Amino acid sequence: MASAAARKKTSAGMSDKTSDIILVAICAIALIIVAYPLYYVLVASISDPYDVYAGKTFLLPSGFTLDGYKAVFADPKIVSGFLNSVKYTVIGTCFSVIMLYITAYPLADKNLPGRKWISLFFVFTMYFGGGLVPTYLVVQDTGLIGSMWSLFLPGGVGVGNMIVVRNYFQHSIPHDLVEASEIDGCSKFRTFISVVIPLSLPILAVQAVFAMVAYWNDWFTAMIYLGGKGEPLPLVLRGILMKSSAAQEQAAMISGGYAELNKQTELIKFCSMIVAAVPMLIAYPYVQKYFEKGFMAGAVKG
Amino acid sequence: MKKSEAPVRISAAGSAALSQRSGKTLGQRILENWQLYALLLIPVVLTIVYKYIPMYGIQIAFRDFDPNLGYLGSRWVGFDWFVRFFKAPTFWRMMKNTVLISVFGLLWSFPVPIILSLIINQVRFQKFKRVVQTVLYAPHFISVMVICGMIKIFLSPTGGLLNLILGTQIDFLTHSEFFRTIYIASGIWQDAGWGCIIYLATLANVDPGLYEAAKVDGASVFQRILNIDIPELMPMVVLNLIMAAGGIMNVGFEKVWLLQTDLNKATSDVIAVYVYEQGIVDAKYSYSTAVGLFNTVINIALLIVVNKVVSKASEVEFV
Repeated sequence: MASAAARKKTSAGMSDKTSDIILVAICAIALIIVAYPLYYVLVASISDPYDVYAGKTFLLPSGFTLDGYKAVFADPKIVSGFLNSVKYTVIGTCFSVIMLYITAYPLADKNLPGRKWISLFFVFTMYFGGGLVPTYLVVQDTGLIGSMWSLFLPGGVGVGNMIVVRNYFQHSIPHDLVEASEIDGCSKFRTFISVVIPLSLPILAVQAVFAMVAYWNDWFTAMIYLGGKGEPLPLVLRGILMKSSAAQEQAAMISGGYAELNKQTELIKFCSMIVAAVPMLIAYPYVQKYFEKGFMAGAVKG
Repeated sequence: MKKSEAPVRISAAGSAALSQRSGKTLGQRILENWQLYALLLIPVVLTIVYKYIPMYGIQIAFRDFDPNLGYLGSRWVGFDWFVRFFKAPTFWRMMKNTVLISVFGLLWSFPVPIILSLIINQVRFQKFKRVVQTVLYAPHFISVMVICGMIKIFLSPTGGLLNLILGTQIDFLTHSEFFRTIYIASGIWQDAGWGCIIYLATLANVDPGLYEAAKVDGASVFQRILNIDIPELMPMVVLNLIMAAGGIMNVGFEKVWLLQTDLNKATSDVIAVYVYEQGIVDAKYSYSTAVGLFNTVINIALLIVVNKVVSKASEVEFV
């Protein structure tokens, strides 16, 4: 046994220091690959578009300007898109989190008659659904087309996340606390409000951030259900980022250079992407430490 | 996960105590829990209306649906819409593109989070580790719209980052041979870091004693990864693989649609986009529903087959 260990030591060859360097180097490369494109957009958003085109902005901004951001915040479409997105995100997040909680709490109670069937009723919708058109027809029949509620109600309960919350209730909230509060005469509802919710703040924070990100970034639901009214920011961005480029490039070829107007639109592209991405990038690190907990709660079978 | 062990034990004891005093009839127990049922009322109603009624609406795939006549009033046409889809000139192209984007996507993007998390897990400098994780998670929080905007700008033939670096003027998005690479590479960029979370959480549960023993035995980092970490990760890998295999026909609509140009359609034409264009844009409700249903059925079949195969090969069970 001792000789086998010794042999291993020699065959391993690599000292811990060397392997540390290799591990850190690989992580650093991954870090750069992920961070650089984001950094580049940031740099380009405050640089002179001519310099961006000439490739002068790989590392540092060139010809510093805030014109792009000024133009973005002066554009009524972008501003209203931003405000719409804020509104949808706030209401949608509250709606989604409330739905998760009021579904997960009853289903976490192992003594609830019919619990298995009700769970199955929800879980089934994870694997099978009506699809795009049948759902669209129901949204239409319930009169939600063009209304903000079409963004929230058809989503119903996020079943995957609901299971995570339910498992958290079951495994991470001491059952004797719940028992004690019920013996003290608290109703199930009162226990939910004053014992379970305060004890589940970490998972609440994670779910709120997930919902927030989903609503802030959503555009497909808005595109099919809102019918052009009250467009959220990503849909406004679509007009800026996706549609115009071919026409612009042609115009640029013809005029043999970038006209002042094009210069502005190029700058707006970078700035509007930053405006759309930054709020969520600021929000998530606060709950990052709870991510793993949230995911593992989902992996435990309940 | 050590912390959560204590509450689990307590809750087991608690529920045993509860079941002892349940000498009540079913009716009494239901009445006792009326507040819980009341909480469930809204979620159940919404799920019936927006999930189960659409399932009932799937029957329009077998009918010539006319909104004025309703689901049951519309004429029954059997499998006509399906036949029409199979005979569509782009049917095989769409099937091929959908499957190829998924299969290549799975082959390339599935291993990346596993390898990344094995490496990150072995980094000993906690602060550096935190920074790496924070940055790698970041792209997951960015809208597909912004990601596609970045792709478009970076790949632009005039002043795009990639062309600047390569010194070329290629319009990548108009070449169908680049489409899959663009789609898959940007997907890895956005979600590989996020995919690490579940693996890192699993690796955090490895008994530190195992590492100590391995160190005493003189195992290098590489040997520790090979003999301790990988076996520990396997059940989770298998579970994720089943999930991914079941979604092979589920090519996300959003990114394909946003990056699609007339010139790259040879590889970017997928079923999801077709369902949208036929159903919402052209309002061919029945036809679009039939195409979507066809897609769903293949997915479910794949899920069942893969689950059967894998659960025979290992003890992991699909939840």
